[in-house]
Order: sequence, then C-alpha cells, then structure tokens
Amino acid sequence: MTTHTLSVLVENKPGVLARVSGLFSRRGFNIESLAVGPTEHPEISRITILVSVEGTALEQVTKQLNKLINVIKIVELEDAASVQRELLLVKVRADDTTRRGVLETVELFRAKVVDVGPEALTIEVTGQPAKLEAMLRMLDPYGIREMVQSGVVALGRGPRSMTQAALRSVERSA
Amino acid sequence: MDGPGSSENLTGAQALVRSLERVGADVVFGIPGGAILPAYDPLYDSTRVRHILVRHEQGAGHAAEGYAQATGKVGVCMATSGPGATNLVTPIADAYMDSVPIVAITGQVGRAFIGTDAFQEADISGITLPITKHNFLVQSAAEVPQAIAAAFHLASTGRPGPVLVDVPKDVLQERAPFAWPPRVDLPGYRPVTRPHGKQVREAARLIASARRPVLYVGGGVLKSRAVAELRQLAELTGIPIVTTLMARGAFPDSHRQHLGMPGMHGNVTAVTALQKADLLIALGTRFDDRVTGKLDTFAPGAAIIHADIDPAEIGKNRIADVPIVGDAREVLVELIPAVRAEYEAGSRVDLTGWWQQLDQWRETYPLGYEDPPDGALSPQYVIERLGKIAGPETIFAAGVGQHQMWASQFISYENPYTWLNSGGAGTMGYAVPAAMGAKVGRPDKLVWAIDGDGCFQMTNQELATCAIEGIPIKVGVINNGNLGMVRQWQALFYDERYSHTDLSTHKLIPDFVKLADALGCVGLRCEAKDDVDGAIEKAMSINDAPVVVDFTVGKDAMVWPMVPAGTSNDDIQAARGIRPAFDEDE
Repeated sequence: MTTHTLSVLVENKPGVLARVSGLFSRRGFNIESLAVGPTEHPEISRITILVSVEGTALEQVTKQLNKLINVIKIVELEDAASVQRELLLVKVRADDTTRRGVLETVELFRAKVVDVGPEALTIEVTGQPAKLEAMLRMLDPYGIREMVQSGVVALGRGPRSMTQAALRSVERSA
Repeated sequence: MDGPGSSENLTGAQALVRSLERVGADVVFGIPGGAILPAYDPLYDSTRVRHILVRHEQGAGHAAEGYAQATGKVGVCMATSGPGATNLVTPIADAYMDSVPIVAITGQVGRAFIGTDAFQEADISGITLPITKHNFLVQSAAEVPQAIAAAFHLASTGRPGPVLVDVPKDVLQERAPFAWPPRVDLPGYRPVTRPHGKQVREAARLIASARRPVLYVGGGVLKSRAVAELRQLAELTGIPIVTTLMARGAFPDSHRQHLGMPGMHGNVTAVTALQKADLLIALGTRFDDRVTGKLDTFAPGAAIIHADIDPAEIGKNRIADVPIVGDAREVLVELIPAVRAEYEAGSRVDLTGWWQQLDQWRETYPLGYEDPPDGALSPQYVIERLGKIAGPETIFAAGVGQHQMWASQFISYENPYTWLNSGGAGTMGYAVPAAMGAKVGRPDKLVWAIDGDGCFQMTNQELATCAIEGIPIKVGVINNGNLGMVRQWQALFYDERYSHTDLSTHKLIPDFVKLADALGCVGLRCEAKDDVDGAIEKAMSINDAPVVVDFTVGKDAMVWPMVPAGTSNDDIQAARGIRPAFDEDE
C-alpha cells in the first residue's frame, strides 16, 4: 500500500464533502488525511485527500469519485511534482528547566511559539508530514499535552493551474 | 400558455407540477402525506400528468421502474417526508443497481424544521446518498424547475439511474418566478458517449483475429437502444452471443447465434463458451459476480474488449485489454464498419471449429427439467407454457428467486423490453408493481407478472391499485409454498435443514384466490398439468380486471444448471451432482 495525494475540485455546494468522504468508506478505502477549503473561484472548493491504496484500487476510487456529479476534476499529485504542506499546533510541557531545550527544537525546525505559559508552550509549524513527525519525536520527551494537525494541502509545481484548466474544459463542453 | 422566456409567479408546488409537465412526465406513481401535500393540490388540476395512487411507496418506486424499463422513458414516483420517503429506499436502491432511470420526488419538513427531529422528518437525501446517481435538497421555490430538469437529465443520460429531489414543504408553498427552460448547470457531469476511434479499431482487429470469440451482452445494450446494431454486428461476424439476466431480449433467443444466458443459473453452453473463449466482446455489462463466478478463474484464456458508458466499470472486476468508454449504440455503430474494414483487408478467422464445439455442447447439455417424481405440478412447465401461450410480444415481469431464474430460462425472449426483473439488487416484491408500471407505460401490451408466493406476499397490495385504476395485469404466482431459492440452498448446502423457508401457503394461508377477489381481481387456481393451458387462456381472456392465477406447484424443483456461489464457472453443475465433462472436448 502506498499513499497517494488526490486533489479534487468540487462544486462549492452543501453536502459535497459528505458525498466525497462517504464514497471512500462505502467503497472500502481509508482516508489518511483530508483538507477542504475555498479556491480562487467562489463556486469551486478544493479537497486534498491522502489515501492509502494499491495502483488499480486508486484508479477505481478516482473513477468512482469522478462519477459524483459535484466533482469537477481530480488530479493525483506526485510527491516530486508538487508542494505538500501540513499545519501542526502542539502544546508541549515546558517549565524553567526544560524551556530552553524546547525552544532549540522550535528554532531547528523553523517553527514558531504562538502561546506561552509558565508550564507549557504552544508551537505552530508547517511542513511536509515527515518534518512534522520528526519534530514531534524531538518534543515527545518533554511531554506533549495536546496537539492538532490539519490535513495535507498540496499544489502542483510549475505555472499550470488545475482550476483554470478545469474551468476551461467545463466552458468548452457547455 | 406561457411560452419560453415568459415568467409568472408560481408556488414551488405549481412550479413542480409545471416542470413535470414540461419534461414530459405523463405518469406519477405516489401517495400524498403532510409534507408533500402542497404539491398534490396543483397535481389535482393537471391534465397532462396522470397520478396513480398506489398503496405503498415501495410499489410507487417499482412501478416507476417498470414504467421506465418498458418504455425507455424516465419513471416518476412521489412520496411524503419521513416514512413515505424511506419506503422508497428499496426501489431506489434497486434502480441504482440496475441503472433504471427514475426520479423520486419527496416532500420534506419545512426548512426551519430541518435537523430538529420534526414530525415525519428523515434525512432522505443523506439516506439515499449511496444509492442515487445524484440527489437534490431544494432550497427555494426558484430552484424547483432547475432541480426537476437536472434530475430528469441526470436520470436519463450517461449511465441511467435514480435521482431524488427532496422539497421542503415551505419551498412548495412560497412563490417565485417560473421560467422554462431553466438553466441547468452541472459542470462536473460530462458523460462520454462517443468511443475513441483508436480503441474501436483495436477492438475490430481483435474481433477479426479471434478464434473463439463471444459477445458478452449486458443491459447497457437495451438502455442505449442498440438492439438493431447488436444484431448487425452479430450477423456480420457470426460470433456467438450470450445475454445476461439484464439483457434478456436484447437478441432473439431463437437466433442460431444465441447461446442463452451465462452466470450462476446460466446454461452450460453459455457459461462454458465464456470459460473457453479467447476473446470476450463485453458490451454494456459489468462482470457481475453472478456472471463471473470466482473471478480469478473466469474466462482465463480470454482477451477482453470492454465497452461501457461508465468508466468506473471498466477494469473494476476484470482488467480490459481494450477498454472503450462510450454508449453501447455509438460503440456498435463505429465497430461495425471497423470490423468490416478488417475483413476487407483480408483478416478474418473461420469460426467453424468454434461453432462445432458450441453446437456439441448445446446438443449435450440443453436446458431442461424433469417433472417432480411426486406428481406435483412442475413450476418450469407452468412458466414454459406461459411463455408459449402469451407469446413473444408479451412483457414479463418477475420477482426474485427460483421463478425468476426459470422465467429467464424457459421463456423465449424475442423482443427487447419484454423482460423486466430485479437483477442487481434481487428485490423480492418487484414483480407486481413493476408489471403495473409497465402496463401503464405500454397499455397496448399484454403484461404478465411471474411471481413467487414469497414475493407476492410482499407487494400484492398494488393489485388494489391495478383494479381501481384500470390496469389489467396478469399475475402468475408460482406457488411452491416456500421461499424456494433459499430452500434450494438449504437443500444443497445446509443438509436439508429447512430453517424458516416454509411459508405454509399450500395451507391456503393466505388463499390467493380469495385474496385476488378481495383486491378486486379475478382469482384462479391451477393444480394439475392438464389444467395449465386452460388457466392461462382463461386469464388471458379477461381484460376488464387484473387476474391472479395461483399455480400450486411442487416444492422440490430446483434451478439448474448452477454455479454454486464463490466457485468457478468451470465447476458448473448441469443438474444436481452432474458436472459436464469438457476435457474430452479439448
């Protein structure tokens, strides 16, 4: 099983996320991460999905997704040809004796402290999932109080725009 | 009359009825209730839309399916919110599995009440998400025309399927300007109907060079109305054909090239032809598990040309060597000249040897049955006589189970759209309401429902609808007193432990003749072989009321041949314990 990143353009309508996420569970596919948000076109939203499947199953899930009426376009973003980022907020135990060590880790990973208290720090960091995992390993010995991660968001590298290409093809067929 | 572009203020309910008229819906099967009530007021006045008041919403849904399958038009059913809507779930799921174009219109509680667990509230758009091609929760009266137009467009184009339109009560009551045609904006919906020329040429090349090809034809050929084109390709190439349960009637059973139905209860020749083929030309079919048996042993030596309008079907179960996305008719229209061009270029393989083989199997393993040793009436005989006497113009609608398989085996289908059944979902209770819908859509046709005593007890209430509305269908109940197919599996795989399959219908509970009478139908009973023809003829002579014939048949008859579930098609049993010996043929 390998992880694939799918970027899915959908109509910005109520219930679309349920249609997309429901399809994965219904067809027996497991979503590793999911992020949804607006695009530069108010009528289109973009969903980034990480799914762990084999090659032929990926083709099937992509085809099934394409059948959803509200799905406009799907592109698989290869690691090398795309920029992938995730956001992590993590609250780490840090008192006078350990704070320096925590702050060093923050600097090493080019993270940011966004909240400070006498017993804990909250750190914000973005990056590829591997970087976030590495930082969490470094912070773990200090004691992680709680954390939250966004899903991965991704864009293809280079000048091409998936949204514009999709809109052009919609206009052509209209 | 309001012409195109004109606009007047209508309530959502008026807009709904007007939209139905404009899309050409001439019949709606439904039942009113609180939330849908506003729609029933303008419906009362409509001279173009006939509403047929059914007795259960499931009946409305299957009637819409029967109507759609018999006419090729979109079937429409209507129900109120909550339980009315959830009663439509089974027929909607059925239509989804068999790609039947229906539009289901449901009332919903008022917008302010949605999500409050209001009286008769059910999230029907959420519930039907996995079993509809698409659905709409209409948010304002202004959206009603476009929702209806889009629903009919989606249901009937591409791979057909059910679409649900859920309309809150206050949306039906509020007013908005009505304009027709509405702007239908579906940016994500662009079904590909025209096949890729290169793929078609590659398919033609394989067809011309195959030594043991088989045309594996599915329901998509009927849906794309490609029967004439299929026959052209078949006769051009001389290639043998099998038609799946959903495609019975797509090619005449009497045609020499027709091997019959493949699958779990297909005949030996059809099943074996697929197994031994070197090329399958799969048209509008989906390699369903009931056809393939154990998938990894299905047609092991065959290259696959797979043409389907749904790209997701191609490669889903079996990898295609030549995938073709397109409408079956358009594929055939392009494939025929492409094959002809191959032939003209001198490429053509003689199929005589293949046919000799097939004919030998046909001769050795014909479909057949034996009369029950206990002297009981044979269900296969009844069905065979029904087919013969009613004739090839008759529309047959079957329930699900043994009688369904026998009806697909022992009736000769010569014409398209004469065989309606629940294939993918296997919905018991389909026959009576589907026959009703078919008769409404094709009043010129004789319509026989062939039902089992189990199935019949699930939906026979629609006979009251038929009696009241003047829909004179005939129902042949193949009454073996048991859930026959389940009993067959218990006989074969559960040591004859008949756990809860005896319906006691032979104790005349219920008495189907009295039941028919109570429902405003004529009831007849037939218990002996000599009376079968007479009973059928009597039923066919009555045209002013629906007729029910209770054929009391033996309980021990089994459906053969059979490929037991999960086993290979190579393990087909022609009859109990009898496996064809094919090795000698090789």
